[in-house]
Amino acid sequence: MNMNWLLTHSPALLIAIPLLAAFLTPLIDRLSKRARNVLVLIVLITVEVVMIVLAWDVFTGNTHIYTMGASNPTATIPVQAAIPIRIVLEVDGLSAFMGLISATVSLAAGLYSLAFVRRETGQGRYYTLLLLMLVGMLGMEFTGDLFNLFVFLEILSIASAALIAYRFYRGDAVEGAFKYFVISSLGALMVLFAIGLLYGQYDLLNMAALAKVMKYTMLDKIALVLFIAAFAMKCGAIPMHMWVPDSYTVAPASITAMLVVASQVSLYALFRICFSLYGLTLDVTTVGIIIISLGLLSMFVGVTMALPQKDIKRLMSYHAISQTGYMLLGVGVGLYLIGKPEFSTYGVVAMEGGIFHIFNHALYKGLLFLTAGAIFYKVKTRNLNEMRGLAHSMKFTAIFFMIGAFAIAGIPPFNGFASKLLIYESVYCVSPILSIIAMLVSIITLASFVKVFHSAFMGPPMRNTKEGEVPKSMLIGMVILTVGIILFGLFPGWVVDHIVHPAAQALADQAAYIQAVIGG
Amino acid sequence: MSEMSKIVRTISNSLFPFIMIYGLYVIMHGHLTPGGGFQGGAVVASGCALILVAYSSGWVFKKVKESNLSILESIGAIGFISLAFLGIGVTFFYNFIAGSGLLFGEIPPVGPNSGNLNTAGLLPLMNLSVGLKVIAGLFAIVAVMAFVASRRMRKK
Repeated sequence: MNMNWLLTHSPALLIAIPLLAAFLTPLIDRLSKRARNVLVLIVLITVEVVMIVLAWDVFTGNTHIYTMGASNPTATIPVQAAIPIRIVLEVDGLSAFMGLISATVSLAAGLYSLAFVRRETGQGRYYTLLLLMLVGMLGMEFTGDLFNLFVFLEILSIASAALIAYRFYRGDAVEGAFKYFVISSLGALMVLFAIGLLYGQYDLLNMAALAKVMKYTMLDKIALVLFIAAFAMKCGAIPMHMWVPDSYTVAPASITAMLVVASQVSLYALFRICFSLYGLTLDVTTVGIIIISLGLLSMFVGVTMALPQKDIKRLMSYHAISQTGYMLLGVGVGLYLIGKPEFSTYGVVAMEGGIFHIFNHALYKGLLFLTAGAIFYKVKTRNLNEMRGLAHSMKFTAIFFMIGAFAIAGIPPFNGFASKLLIYESVYCVSPILSIIAMLVSIITLASFVKVFHSAFMGPPMRNTKEGEVPKSMLIGMVILTVGIILFGLFPGWVVDHIVHPAAQALADQAAYIQAVIGG
Repeated sequence: MSEMSKIVRTISNSLFPFIMIYGLYVIMHGHLTPGGGFQGGAVVASGCALILVAYSSGWVFKKVKESNLSILESIGAIGFISLAFLGIGVTFFYNFIAGSGLLFGEIPPVGPNSGNLNTAGLLPLMNLSVGLKVIAGLFAIVAVMAFVASRRMRKK
């Protein structure tokens, strides 16, 4: 198996390997629990390694195209037809960027789960669904086909909903899962309806081919509204956020970290639809302002709702909403400016900031949720008023929490600072008020995490909890994310040049996206 | 749910084979006529649900175990993905059987014809594995729901 072969087939393999493993898991689970854990870990590590290899190649400038079932992976248009009719996977800079996030967080969540769900029943199904979530995320990121996007969206939603309800013996878990499922089905139906509108007009499902003939008629506008509403709802932007705190809070912590990424995959789909599918045909000023206002609302309302929370995971969920606002703001400013002369100066910086923030958020919010899970594992409660002095026994968790809290508040030298600075300085050129709100939100975030740190980790030790740190596998899961946070914080320049810039470029350059699939 | 009356059970007995044959036909002819693995599997599973309603879930669970159904379901899914993997020498999902003269490997006649079952390569095999997955999956869902509902009714 040589390197070239692996590179050529990696887009399909990255989706197919976890899918195969997902259905092998329940069979192997019957034979041996240990073999099942080993299989899941091997698959997660393989996906991570192949993803890094593929991403490295994509970031150096090669967009990967994979046509399912064709006589040659790059033969997107069959000889007898004039349009792409097969399922095409298109991995450009942004897809590879998102794929890296999904693979990394899934690996951390998988390792963390080994100890975290050890005492629960139905672990075979847990790992099956965890792998299916990974499949859904990678599929949504890689696909170049609208209907395929819908299929993977459904896979992701159903797997997530089942995992949120994993601790079904607690009533609130079922409620959170039900809410998530209703929202997901509604969103998926809206997406399907929008795809139908486009398919009815153009007889095309391939995104690149559709982008080439897009006319922005009335029906296209309706489809755009449906897409934006559905994906903004799925990524938890205010005012469609009501499911986020309920379902993030009740899911097992490892799954919450994955759900954060799942929400960002919806964000990716939103950006992909706006930039690559509609591109310059749409009214960028209006749509840009809509996305910016969604971002501002999410940022501000999210963080103010987080302040009074007493449940540690609920508080973090509101912060997740608030951080999503930064990404919407950054990329929204990019959309607002695209096609204008200012785009090449600060528009592209805003987009880089927004996109960089996606990775940073996945790392530090994932880490924070994992530490919250570790606290829950030890003291069996999420209520901040019932815990204190945990730093005495859980030293490592306390350090990880501090790193995560500093990163989310945007304090140097952690990664949150790098992306937030890019956003502050670029959106300032559009309107200073945007920057001021963004900074204010950052300060409130810090205040809120100081409160959490104080009430959970400081003070005299609790009397009736067991001594000692959480099991090793949970610590390793947290270490993976911590290393990412520190590396990204120490070398932001390198990361922006080599990883974030290709991703932002891929999103902004619609012509290259079209050309990669249908040429010319 | 308790067992239903003798009349219902007799009618179900005589209907059951027809539903089965129709469902299996839809699966097997998936590459020639409308339908396919999912649709045919749903028809077969609804036939099984008929037996479930007529004979009570307790009776059904004496005959089949839920865990065996989920094994069948996994095998169906694994079969589908493995078939897709077999073509990876060219591309994932590559239909290497079509036109090769093996089973399902004949080249279909051009123009209006009555439909040759022995064509389409991987598609009928994939339809069969999807069919297996859907039969096992849907039946397991219906059976478990009926079982839980009947237990709850007994408690009341």
